[in-house]
Amino acid sequence: MTLADGTIGDMYTVVDIQTDTNIERRLEALGLIRGTKIQLLGRKRSGTSIFYVRGTRLAVGQKIACGIEVTGGDDHE
Amino acid sequence: MSEATLTVGFIGNPNCGKTTLFNAYTGAKLKVANWPGVTVEKKEGAMRFHDETFKLVDLPGIYSLTCYSMEEILSREFILSDEVNVIVDVADASNLERNLYLTLQLIELGKPVVLALNMMDIVSERGMEIDIHRLPEMLGIPVVPVSARKKTGLEILMHAVAHHKERNDAPEGHHHQTVSHHRHDHHKNIAMVYSDEIEDLIDILEGRLRAYAPDIKNPRWHAIKFLENDEEIIKKFPIQTDDIIKKDYEKEIINQKYDFIEEIIDEVLVGKAKKAALTDKADHFLTHPIWGIPIFLGIMAIVFLLTFMIGDWISGWFEASIGWFGDAVRYGLNTLDVSDVLISLICDGIIAGVGGILTFLPNIFILFLALAFLEDSGYMSRVAYVMDGIMGKMGLSGRAFIPMLLGFGCSVPAVMSARTLENMHDRIRTIIVTPFMSCSARLPIYVLFSKMFFGKFAMPAAFSMYVIGLAVAIIISLIIGKTDKHKNTNCLLIELPEYKSPNAHTIAIYVWEKVKDYLTKAGTTIFIASIILWIVLNFGLHGMTTNVSESFAAMIGRVAAPLLVPVGLGFWQIVVALIAGISAKEVVVSSFSVLFGIANINSPEGSAAFASQLGMMGFGSLNAYALMVFCLLYIPCLATLATIRKETNSWKWMFFSVIFQLGVAWIVTFIIYQLGSLFLG
Repeated sequence: MTLADGTIGDMYTVVDIQTDTNIERRLEALGLIRGTKIQLLGRKRSGTSIFYVRGTRLAVGQKIACGIEVTGGDDHE
Repeated sequence: MSEATLTVGFIGNPNCGKTTLFNAYTGAKLKVANWPGVTVEKKEGAMRFHDETFKLVDLPGIYSLTCYSMEEILSREFILSDEVNVIVDVADASNLERNLYLTLQLIELGKPVVLALNMMDIVSERGMEIDIHRLPEMLGIPVVPVSARKKTGLEILMHAVAHHKERNDAPEGHHHQTVSHHRHDHHKNIAMVYSDEIEDLIDILEGRLRAYAPDIKNPRWHAIKFLENDEEIIKKFPIQTDDIIKKDYEKEIINQKYDFIEEIIDEVLVGKAKKAALTDKADHFLTHPIWGIPIFLGIMAIVFLLTFMIGDWISGWFEASIGWFGDAVRYGLNTLDVSDVLISLICDGIIAGVGGILTFLPNIFILFLALAFLEDSGYMSRVAYVMDGIMGKMGLSGRAFIPMLLGFGCSVPAVMSARTLENMHDRIRTIIVTPFMSCSARLPIYVLFSKMFFGKFAMPAAFSMYVIGLAVAIIISLIIGKTDKHKNTNCLLIELPEYKSPNAHTIAIYVWEKVKDYLTKAGTTIFIASIILWIVLNFGLHGMTTNVSESFAAMIGRVAAPLLVPVGLGFWQIVVALIAGISAKEVVVSSFSVLFGIANINSPEGSAAFASQLGMMGFGSLNAYALMVFCLLYIPCLATLATIRKETNSWKWMFFSVIFQLGVAWIVTFIIYQLGSLFLG
């Protein structure tokens, strides 16, 4: 599943990132790589989301949220 | 090293307080320019430290040092050059994990680096602790805790900088290593050591690089860049690599760096950070799916109110003072028996023109004060998130909403605020579209003509101008979006920093910069243009003239009038008023006073007289509406043009907006006038 399908408040682990190379680089620089644990903090109906990664709050548009493949969900920190 | 000045570069993630720290050292004595050839800002300052003078350079806020953005390329070029001696890496101590990524990259560059752990006060507030002794051991560089806000640790930091300029290698100590059976042990003093596979390749590449360029500084860094497929470096050093580099190691290198960072955090960070509850609570409302937008609009309404109510109130005072000043000068010059021409030039031309832009000043000041406040608190990034959906449909970034909203007040600060858009294409697109928002200077035109020609429909007529302006802006934006070959996907990606109370010093410097900008650049252009306009309005073929129908402006008016017949404005007086309106839109109304010889044109008798004179010329309600639309859309005022030139750093875009808006004005007015004529017979 992608981040855009996630539930607000749940923790997820990143499995893959499918976005433009430019965006991928920026996400990597921010620490979003395979195996990183993130927490979904908020989302709009369009899919634009806010999540927590390595202590940083990141807001991403729908295209990016749909490109972040994750597993997990359920447990809240 | 007392002959050469020590140059210190400040670098760090956005939102880490780097600028606050930089300002704490340099004060307001800043030199702001652009890096050669690009529109990235370079800030330089100086400070005295004991007996030496240090030159401080503020580099852009970046997350990493790849070759994918101008800011990154400039920063690493600068660091590698001989221009800088020591780097201060400013990190947000309360967000250490992510900040360390840049730190590791900086260390790899090989220049002396000192890590400034900023925001230590927040760390202790949150019940966290950082082992200040273990961290430098693991990184191999000096680490100094500071708080730019509370101004602690500043001396110690500079002390460390002054003493670190010679050292390049990490002391022997801990360094990261995956289980290694490495033959060499010369990695003892490198903090970030990669896997054997990668280190072997680095060794080979270093050898080849040294063979190709024996003077190469820091071959290790260059070797790592080859493994990361860094285009810039690969182009610069054409050595053979395809026999040994079989794949892209970039992801692995990033992964291993983050493995090291996790190791460091585990050892060095004590007391798991309790997520800032306050920020989350605030965000619950401010980024609420339903309430986010109304809350934002409410905040902007307050900003608007402050800017244009208080600003106008102060402006009124300014205007009166300038009028008084002008009168005093006129009186003085008269007593000195100065020629009438000169008096007119100085009083009607220069003082009136320049005075005009000074009256904007209170609005600009208050507006930027409010915006700086919102930006420094961290709220602006939430705005980008909240408005992203709507702006996205228009092909613009969420951050473009603010400039467009400001355009309803005044285009000058609106264009200036487009600077918050990082992408140059977005910025230009926003700057092109913003002047279509009906600014407050045009209101007197609508009020006068609506009252004269539309009776009880005066309000809707005036209001329709705002709607038309918005519609045109949206349509143009969409068209640009569709035809723009640079189809950047423009997806939102922004950090939402913790909320913090805005820092007075930072805000003061920021606002002062903007005001200074406005006064110098907009001011000089308007100064020159006022003189030109004065000449055109007051001189004719027979020299200076008080009868405006004999001036050059009138001649130009008569030549241009036929062009405006299809849009219902083919009258030379209208053209002259429109030309005069280029200086400032309010001038259109006062020009009519002069052109038609009517004092107090806004009074009932005055406007009645005006209406009848216009009627005799064949100028009716449809023409009046056409005039309003044309005024809405045509050439931006001088102040705006000067600001456009400054913000886009080119004359091309300024002239483009002149011609573009003239064209759009003509076309739209044509459509409205012709359709109107059809329906009204």
